[in-house]
Amino acid sequence: MKRLLLVCCLMIASLGAMAAIDTYEFDSEEQRARFYYLSSELRCPKCQNQNIADSNSPIANDLRREIYRMLQEDRSNEQIVDFMVERYGEFVRYRPALTAQTAILWFAPAAFLLAGLFALVFMLRRRQKVYRDGAAEHLSPEEQQRLKSLLEKKDRND
Amino acid sequence: MKRALLMLPLALFLLMLVFLFRGLYLDNEDLPSALVGKRFPAFTLPSVEAGQPPVTEQDLLGQPSLVNVWATWCVACWVEHPVLNKLAAEGVVIHGVNYKDDTEAARKWLRDLHDPYDLNISDPEGLLGLDLGVYGAPETFFVDANGVIRYKFIGVIDERTWENDLAARYQALVDEAQP
Repeated sequence: MKRLLLVCCLMIASLGAMAAIDTYEFDSEEQRARFYYLSSELRCPKCQNQNIADSNSPIANDLRREIYRMLQEDRSNEQIVDFMVERYGEFVRYRPALTAQTAILWFAPAAFLLAGLFALVFMLRRRQKVYRDGAAEHLSPEEQQRLKSLLEKKDRND
Repeated sequence: MKRALLMLPLALFLLMLVFLFRGLYLDNEDLPSALVGKRFPAFTLPSVEAGQPPVTEQDLLGQPSLVNVWATWCVACWVEHPVLNKLAAEGVVIHGVNYKDDTEAARKWLRDLHDPYDLNISDPEGLLGLDLGVYGAPETFFVDANGVIRYKFIGVIDERTWENDLAARYQALVDEAQP
């Protein structure tokens, strides 16, 4: 029973590993690697949360064919990506080019991290200062007196 | 000062909420076309009709037009077709790109449902579609008299969108072409 359950679980898990399958013949391993790299870097225009390597939609199929064709023509990766961007817009890049418009996407995470670090350092420093200076020094003479008597009372109770 | 600083995380959180809430209602089907402002891509393709000479981008010049990408397998195109017929009858110049389709089926469609198109471009391999950045059908390009793409509409043109938005865009191109 347990084994059956395990088999079922594994089968369900393997669904996620499915990808579109084409039968392309490559001249070299390097070309094959570039094909997989490019098709995983480009977004499918129809099914927007998939890259064109994973999508089975007709348009993704066409775009894979185009990538293959251009690889056969010995075009560079940049040329192929530019070809797609010219037609389908910036949107097809999963890694947007660095422009004034996309700068926030590229730098915001680092900026947030830095802001967080600054805030942390600032707060730790302040806390340390309070600790070092000794909180008691900020008390007026009457308050000092009261603190002392409270502490003595506590000692007596112990 | 200290109070204000304490409120900062809350303010940031609220700001983020505003953005996320807006994101819920964004229409992500509506992509800006990379081709708006560029020339209609060069092509030489056969006509859907038998015995007609091939069509090229030169044939689009001289008057503003709508270039409608359609196919018989596209259900939405079937919905759109009567509207195109009506617009064509009103004098709007519409060219058709029969996209990744069977030519026989396309001819039958045009015979049975009436042919609103001025030029009938046949693109069985989707080559022109690729150059146009088409990723579905129907898509309609607004091309001015100089052959520059000025606007792209994705989806079904119905009478309401035509009246509210698209008619004015087409009219602007027509007015522009008047000497």
